[in-house]
Amino acid sequence: MNWTVNLLLMLFLLATAVVAITLKDLLAAVVVFSAYSLMMAMLWTQLRAPDLALTEAAVGAGVTTVLFIIVVYRTVRREDR
Amino acid sequence: MNFSRMFHNLNYVVSVLLFLIGLYAVTVKPNLIKKLIGLNIMETSVFLFIVSIGMVESGQAPIVTEGVKTSQMVNPIPQALILTGIVVAVSTTAVALSLCLRLHERYGTLNSDEILASITDVSQLGRPWEEF
Repeated sequence: MNWTVNLLLMLFLLATAVVAITLKDLLAAVVVFSAYSLMMAMLWTQLRAPDLALTEAAVGAGVTTVLFIIVVYRTVRREDR
Repeated sequence: MNFSRMFHNLNYVVSVLLFLIGLYAVTVKPNLIKKLIGLNIMETSVFLFIVSIGMVESGQAPIVTEGVKTSQMVNPIPQALILTGIVVAVSTTAVALSLCLRLHERYGTLNSDEILASITDVSQLGRPWEEF
């Protein structure tokens, strides 16, 4: 098992998760969350699940991000407002 | 020293850490969008945990091809379950975001503390389902 690639993906996954919930700008948080979903898609390919990788990249990083961006655009962008 | 043994249970450790990060966002952050991002992180951590259970060391993707025996493949049943779970996660997120839009129309904010503070008496809420 290629554990170095796995370890790097895991570290990036944890970093993007922490950054996504700490950012005060909601649009930036949503974009970082989309990067988190793409990292998760790469991790699915490492776990020998190519169907999950395709679905996560299309649905998790695509549709979810679009929905979040629509809601942030129609409401408020700053978290503390 | 064999370093690959050290990272044998890395998937489980990372999935628990991601679940804790998501739980922190859902419970502590007052903003509803932040809560939803935390909920999504929690969902993906559970997916990672369940797929990691079916992982086989140096296994192959569960696709029938020439020269790959089924005993060398990873377990496809957790993957099939999680494929459904990803789609359900997106639909629950869509419903929650539409409720966020309704709350912002009514209260003018997405801060859950302010929304709770503006509701002083529950009996004064009337019948919200008759407004639409």
